[in-house]
Amino acid sequence: MPSFNVRFLRRFSAAAVALAALSPLPLAAQGTATVVTSFPKELTDAYKKAFEAKHPGTRVEILSKNTTAGIAFVRELSPGNRPDVFWASAPDAFEVLAKDGLLTKYDGANKAVPAKIGAYPINDPEGFFYGQALAGYGLMWNTRYLKANKLPDPKQWADLAKPVYFGHVATSSPSRSGTTHLTVETILQGEGWGKGWSQLLQIAGNSAAITERSFGVPDGVSSGQYGIGLVIDFFGLAAKNSGFPVEFVYPEVTAIVPANIGLVTGAKNSDAGKRFIAYTLSDEGQELLLSPKISRLPVLPAVYAKAAKNYPNPFSGSIRAKVNFDSNLSEERYYLVVSLFDQMITFRHKELQAATKAIHEAAARLAAKPHPQAAKLLAEARDLAFTPAVDETRAKDKGFLAVFRATKKTADVTKQLSALEERWSADAKRNYLRAAELANQAGQLAR
Amino acid sequence: MTSRRHHPNAQLGSVVLALGAGFFLLLLLVVPALSVIHAAFADGAGGFTLGHFGAFFGLSLMRESFFNSLAVALLSVLFASLIAVPLAYLTARFAFRGALLIQTLGVLPLIMPPFVGAVAMQLIFGKNGSVNLLLSEHLGFTIPFMEGLGGVVFVESLHYFPFILLNLTAALANIDSAMEESAQNLGASGLSLFRRVVFPLALPGYVAGASLVFVKVFDDLGTPLVLNVTNMLAPQAYLRITSVGLEDPLGYVISVLMILFSVLAMWLASLALRGRDYATTQRGGAAAARRPLRWWQAMLAYGWVALVLLLTLSPHIGLALLSIAKVWSFSALPDAYTLEHYATMFGDGQGMIWNTLLYCGLAASIDVVLGTVIAWLILRSKLPMMKSLDFIATASLAIPGLVLAIGYLRTFRDVEVGGVALAGSWLLIMFAYSVRRLPYALRACVAALQQVHISLEEAALNLGATRARAMQRIVVPLMAGGILAGFVTSFITAAVELSATLLLTTSQGQAPMSYGIYLYMQSIAGRGPGAALGILALVVVALGTFFANRVVRSLQHVHRELP
Repeated sequence: MPSFNVRFLRRFSAAAVALAALSPLPLAAQGTATVVTSFPKELTDAYKKAFEAKHPGTRVEILSKNTTAGIAFVRELSPGNRPDVFWASAPDAFEVLAKDGLLTKYDGANKAVPAKIGAYPINDPEGFFYGQALAGYGLMWNTRYLKANKLPDPKQWADLAKPVYFGHVATSSPSRSGTTHLTVETILQGEGWGKGWSQLLQIAGNSAAITERSFGVPDGVSSGQYGIGLVIDFFGLAAKNSGFPVEFVYPEVTAIVPANIGLVTGAKNSDAGKRFIAYTLSDEGQELLLSPKISRLPVLPAVYAKAAKNYPNPFSGSIRAKVNFDSNLSEERYYLVVSLFDQMITFRHKELQAATKAIHEAAARLAAKPHPQAAKLLAEARDLAFTPAVDETRAKDKGFLAVFRATKKTADVTKQLSALEERWSADAKRNYLRAAELANQAGQLAR
Repeated sequence: MTSRRHHPNAQLGSVVLALGAGFFLLLLLVVPALSVIHAAFADGAGGFTLGHFGAFFGLSLMRESFFNSLAVALLSVLFASLIAVPLAYLTARFAFRGALLIQTLGVLPLIMPPFVGAVAMQLIFGKNGSVNLLLSEHLGFTIPFMEGLGGVVFVESLHYFPFILLNLTAALANIDSAMEESAQNLGASGLSLFRRVVFPLALPGYVAGASLVFVKVFDDLGTPLVLNVTNMLAPQAYLRITSVGLEDPLGYVISVLMILFSVLAMWLASLALRGRDYATTQRGGAAAARRPLRWWQAMLAYGWVALVLLLTLSPHIGLALLSIAKVWSFSALPDAYTLEHYATMFGDGQGMIWNTLLYCGLAASIDVVLGTVIAWLILRSKLPMMKSLDFIATASLAIPGLVLAIGYLRTFRDVEVGGVALAGSWLLIMFAYSVRRLPYALRACVAALQQVHISLEEAALNLGATRARAMQRIVVPLMAGGILAGFVTSFITAAVELSATLLLTTSQGQAPMSYGIYLYMQSIAGRGPGAALGILALVVVALGTFFANRVVRSLQHVHRELP
C-alpha cells in the first residue's frame, strides 16, 4: 500500500511539472491589458466588463493587490514581464513608482479634464500619471450605533474631540493608508501645525482603535463595531447605497484630491494598457463611477449632469473644501508626520486613551463644581497630553526634515532616526501618564 | 547497530538525501529570504554593518514589544494546552461518541484565514458583537474579549490549539497499549495514569505541538493586526517593512531577531526531550485502550467538549451567518437573509477551488516527504549537522510571507523552466506554500519517528531488507499517523495563506481561494460573497481532511492485518 502511495505521488508530481511547462504564460496573451489595482471588486468588475464590450479584441486582466504588494510586484518583475497599468488611491504609491522609473510619461490625458481641483493639480504635473477620480475625506457614522448610545450626529472634525464621543471613534494611521495620511495632512494644513496636532491627538484619544488597514474603518462602522470613522468619501457613500445604516458628511476642513492611474514602464502590452487608461478617462468610463455601489467622484465636470440629484459635486461647490491642499508641503514632511503619528498615537494609544478619559472625567467634575486650582491642573494635563513632540519651527527646519528623507539608510541615519523615535515614544508615554495623574488630582480637588 | 556496517551504501544514501533536502531549503528558503533580509546588515553605502541592530536595542518600544510577544506566546501555549490536552485524551482513550467528528471539527479553526477569522470573531465577541450586545441589553455589562493583549491570547489560543490536538492525538495513538495496561494492572487509574504513564509517553507529540504554537504565536502577524495591537514584534516588523516608499532596515532587523528566537525556542524544546526514550516496539491498538466513562465523568466530558466546540466554532458560525446576511450591522443577528452571495461567489469560485486543491495538495505532499526525510536524517543517520536542517526549516516560520514572496520574485525573475518564466507561474505560489508550511509537517514527522523503535528497522535490515525497503515497509507505515497530522496541518494552513499569495498571483486564472476571499472581503457593499467563499473553503478543506483521515486509517488497517 505505501509503495502505491509513493509511486502515485511520484507520478502525480511528474504530471504537475509537465502541466506547469505546458500551461501558457499568463501575461503573454495577445491583446490583454493587465491592471494592478487596490480597488474593490465592484469597481474593477464594472470597468472590465464595459471595456471588453467596447474593445472586443482586448481582454482585461485585473490583479487585485494591496498597495504595498502592488508596488513590490511591479518593482520586482523584470522589464517586459510587468503589468501594464497601475491604478490606486494613494498618491504616494505613484510618487514612489515614478521615482523608481517604473511609470511611463505619454500623452494620454483627456483634454476635457480641468487642470486643477481647488489648488491641487488633477494630473501629475510631470505627466507620469493621471487623476482618474476625485476623493474627499469625511465622517461616516452608523446611525443605529449612535441612536443606541444616544450620541448626536457629528459635523466637523472638531466635534470628534468632544467627551461624548469617547471610545466611539475609529481612524487608521497615516503610515498604513495613503488616504488617512491625506486626512491628517488636510487637518494639519487647515488648522495649522500646533492646533491641528492637538485636534488629532484629542480625536485619537477618543478613538476606540487605530486600525491597521484603512478599510478597517468603514468596515467597522458598517458592521457597528465603531460608531464614527474618518473615511474617504466613496467608502461611506457606497456602504450607504448598499443598504447599511450609515451616513456620511464632508466637514468644512476637507480637501479634494485625485485617485490615479498610470502606465507601467517595461510592460507586456503597453498599447492595450493605454487603451484601458483612455477608456477610464473617457465620458463613458467616468460615468461608471456614478453607479451606486461605486459612488466615486468623476474628474470630468460634464459627467455630473447625469448623476443623481444629491450626488456631491466638487466642481459646483456642493462640497465646501476650505483647505487648498499644498502637495509640496505634504510631500516635504511626509515621513515626519507619519513617524510622529505612529510614535505618539498608534504605539501609545492605550496610554493616550487613559489620559483622555481622565481629562474628560475631571472636566465634567469641574463643570459641576468650579475649582481654580483644579482648573490649573487640568489645563496642565491637557497641555501635556495634546501637544505634539515636534513644534512648528522644528517641523519647518529643512535640515531636520532631510534626516527623514535620506534614501540611503546608513547605520548613522538609522541611529539618528531611532534616537528621535525613542524620544518621541518615551516622552509621549511619560506625558500621557503624567497627564492622567494631574487630571485625576484635579478631579479629586473638584469632588 | 552492526547492521549499519554491512550497508556501506546506507551512508551514501543518507548523504544524497541530506544534500537534496539541503538544496531544497537553500534554493527556496535561504537564498530568497537573504536577498531581502540582507537589508538588516546593509550600510547605505553598500558595506556591511551591525549598526542597525544597535539602533534596535536603543528603542524601549522594541523591548516592550519583545516582552509582549513573549508573554502572549507563553500564555497562548498554556490556554491552547488547557483546551487541547483534555480533548485529545478523551477522544483517544475513552469510549467517546463522535471522537472522529471532534478531531475533524477541532481542526476547523486552522482553516480560517486569520483576517477572516478575526472579522468573524469581532461579529460575535467584539465590543459590539452579538455576545456583548446581548449582555448589555439583558445584563447591563460587557466583556472585553477582544481588547488588547488579552484579546490576542484569546484568539490565538482558539486558533492554534489544533496543533497540539493533532500532534498529541497522533502520539497517543502510537503508545504501546501494553504500557497502559500494565500500569492499570498495577493499580494506576484516572489522573495518575495519565500523569505518570500516558502523558510522559506522548510527550514528543505534545512538545511538537506546543513548540509550534509558541513559535507560531510569537511570529504571528495577522491576529495582532486585526485586533489593532501594534506593540508586539511581528506587527512592528511588518509595519516597518510595508511602509510605502520607505526602506526601513529596522523592519528586517526585527525579522532576523525573530528568526533567531524561533530557532532558539525549537532548540530548547528539543533539549526538553533529549536523553529520553519514547519509542515502543508495539503500536497501540485503539480498541485495546478505550475505556468507558462513568456517568458524571461523561457529563463533565461532554460539557467540556461542547463548550470548547462552541467557542472554537463561533467564528465559523459568525462567518456562516455573514454569508447569508443581507445587512448585519449593530445587531445580535442579521436583519434579513439571502442566498445571493453564494450565487455571486460560485461564478468565480470553481477555478479557485481547483487551484487551492492543486497547490496545497502538492505543497503538503512535498512537506511530508521532506519532513520524513529530515526527521529520519536527524534521528537515524549519523551525519553531522543534521540538526541545522531542522533549524533552517523552522526559521521559515519567522519569515513574513511578504518577505519570502519578494525574495522569490527577486531570485527567480529571470529563471525559465521549459520556456516558461518561473516568476509568472503558479509553481512559485506552490513552493512558497510548501516552504512556509514545512515546519508543521516536520514537527509532526519528527515526533512520529521518535516513537518508532529503532529495533524494528534493524530487524528488517537484519532480515535482509534494503534500507529503502525498510523505510518503505516499516518506518513510513509506522509513522503514518504523524505523517497524516503533518499533511493535514500543512494542507489546511496553506489553503488560507494570504500574504505570499497576494504578491505571487500573476493572473486571475492562477488565483486560489484565499485570494478570492481577500478580494471579496474588501468589498464596501458588504462581505457576503467573501464569507460565502470562506464557508466553501471550510467545506472543501474539511472534506479533504476527513478523507485523508479515512485513507490513512484504512492503510493502517491493511498494514496491521499483514502477517
